[in-house]
Amino acid sequence: MSTADMSLPAKFDWSSQAAVARRRSRHAADHRLRWIGIVAIMIAVGLLGILLATLVSTGYRAFVQTMATVPVYINPEYVDENDPSKGNYRAIVKDTLTSLFPDVTNPRDQRDLGKLLTNNTQFMIRNKVVADPSIIGTTVEMTLPVSDPFDQLEKGVLSRELPEDQRKINDKEIGWFDALAAEGRISTPFNWGLFFNSDSRFPELAGLAGAIVGSFYALLVCFLISFPVGIAAAVYLEEFAPKNRWTDLVEVNINNLAAVPSIVFGLLGLAVFLNFFGMPRSAPLVGGMVLSLMTLPTIIIVTRASLKAVPPSIREGGLGMGASRHQVITHHVLPLALPGILTGTIIGLAQALGETAPLLLIGMNAFITSPPGGLLDASTALPTQIFIWADSPERGFVDRTSAAILVLLGFLIIMNGIAIFLRQRLERTW
Amino acid sequence: MNDAAVAEKPVSNKTIVVEDPNMNPIRVAAKNTNVFYGQKQALFDVSIDIPERSVTAFIGPSGCGKSTFLRCINRMNDTIDGCRVTGDISLDGRDIYDPSLDVVELRARVGMVFQKPNPFPKSIYDNIAYGPKIHGLARNKAELDEIVEMSLQKAGLWNEVKDRLNDSGTGLSGGQQQRLCIARAIAVSPEVILMDEPCSALDPIATAKVEELIDELKENYCIIIVTHSMQQAARVSQRTAFFHIGILVEVGPTEHIFTNPKDERTHDYITGRFG
Repeated sequence: MSTADMSLPAKFDWSSQAAVARRRSRHAADHRLRWIGIVAIMIAVGLLGILLATLVSTGYRAFVQTMATVPVYINPEYVDENDPSKGNYRAIVKDTLTSLFPDVTNPRDQRDLGKLLTNNTQFMIRNKVVADPSIIGTTVEMTLPVSDPFDQLEKGVLSRELPEDQRKINDKEIGWFDALAAEGRISTPFNWGLFFNSDSRFPELAGLAGAIVGSFYALLVCFLISFPVGIAAAVYLEEFAPKNRWTDLVEVNINNLAAVPSIVFGLLGLAVFLNFFGMPRSAPLVGGMVLSLMTLPTIIIVTRASLKAVPPSIREGGLGMGASRHQVITHHVLPLALPGILTGTIIGLAQALGETAPLLLIGMNAFITSPPGGLLDASTALPTQIFIWADSPERGFVDRTSAAILVLLGFLIIMNGIAIFLRQRLERTW
Repeated sequence: MNDAAVAEKPVSNKTIVVEDPNMNPIRVAAKNTNVFYGQKQALFDVSIDIPERSVTAFIGPSGCGKSTFLRCINRMNDTIDGCRVTGDISLDGRDIYDPSLDVVELRARVGMVFQKPNPFPKSIYDNIAYGPKIHGLARNKAELDEIVEMSLQKAGLWNEVKDRLNDSGTGLSGGQQQRLCIARAIAVSPEVILMDEPCSALDPIATAKVEELIDELKENYCIIIVTHSMQQAARVSQRTAFFHIGILVEVGPTEHIFTNPKDERTHDYITGRFG
């Protein structure tokens, strides 16, 4: 039968009013759909923008710290040259301040002068002397953080307009601070302490070093456990496991595991690692183990997807050459799947880095003032440090909470950036 | 004769074998081979003798089981879940489904070239060297270099790639990739080379080159080629086997199958009545 023989349907009137209306409504629907999408994206981006804007607007203050540069006379009367760690450094601080304000003679006022500098000034001087005992008997210029209320005053958070009885510092104290400022002794350099100090009760001294090191150790443990285990499990499930009810069950459970609320993993860690195995509380080792429980399903799922994406022709090519299965997997399939696996792993670790709830349950929200020296030392992690600071009443901690969130987000952006870089760099086409 | 075959058509698994007195000694022999995918039977009682140092072509419409049978010969069907093979297939008189036979060794002796060129995403050198390396065929780098050069020479690719052995194999043209895959297969000195529609993804010029290569290789190897192109079967093969819905209908010297088919189904297929 040739085409000429085929009967066409009755001629359709494409220009009738009904047809035109139908076409118009179809176009309108297309248009609506596109606009709904654009509005949705605008809402998402807008909310993200608001979040970042608030974080930056409060957090930027924590990235600078008001410091006072003062001449400190290391009086040999107070410090024993042979054992500099046991000197009367408190007196040195007092002398330093009274020498700056010779007209303050009232003992009560003299004591109040001490509020200008951070509470730990005496220890900072001690550390300096211990590090270099030759400065005993000389005057050294030291740049020390001022205490939180003055820091806030300098940054304009604490208003001078406020009635005196509502401020933490009175007019006289502000006068002293202004006098120091007039002498050019006040500066606001970049706050390296935020990265190199550990937690402290005093916001002007509190930093993230302990949390960063703790998070690093926890992620290291998490990676060392979940990466090999995840890949091994995924390779077995994808390349070796027979397709039967048992492997289906395992598969469903792994997918469900990825959706289990993180606090449940925390409880598991508390019950199993701490109570049953008696592992140390607050340790990055346990934190990492708990986090690896959460990262494992992600890595398994991503690895399986990457293995699936390797074209079967590569496997056939290998098998057809007489390569054994493990040779096909280790020589051909895994190297090709690696970019995807690495990307997924980094994204899984980034998730783990931001995870708070399970760490709270195993006690990684303790108050710890020095970075952990190893996997078994008590420590905090970045998200738990944010949690602790967000709970602290001092004004300085509000800024530091935002700053810590920005630091955490910075790490996440870096990790995701590495993932994108690896993906683009290593991905091969065939 | 013809009438009898037509009458029996729906049930007959019998193969019409046209004897050839000049046939080379037999390398691969299959007896009553059945293949099942789960419950579904894909091949019915296939029996065929395949001679060495010649090209045997498998032709037939899509889904007729010719690729399935080809993949039985190096046991690539083992990798498919639920695939079961019964009957005997022997290579040089040895049963290849014997549990004591290592499939890794079998696949080294029975090389395979696939429909779509599938070089490894590695350098040209590494593509060829891979097989000899995993089978330990070369004792040192010099020997390996020699194997690589020999294989590429035999595959007619040496002059085109000798200056860029470290370039990726996937950067070659389609036809070059396929010849690379053939070189890769012959690098492990197989006895049999299976080719599953090796030219279906290539243009006519590349196809001509591969066919020329197949013609040269038949001096040394037993080549079995599955093809959809009857012209190709007629051009390159000495013997042709026609498969139809899981049944090996007719096998014989190529000129005989194409000029004087005994079975009506063969006749219909080669004259383009179906398939």
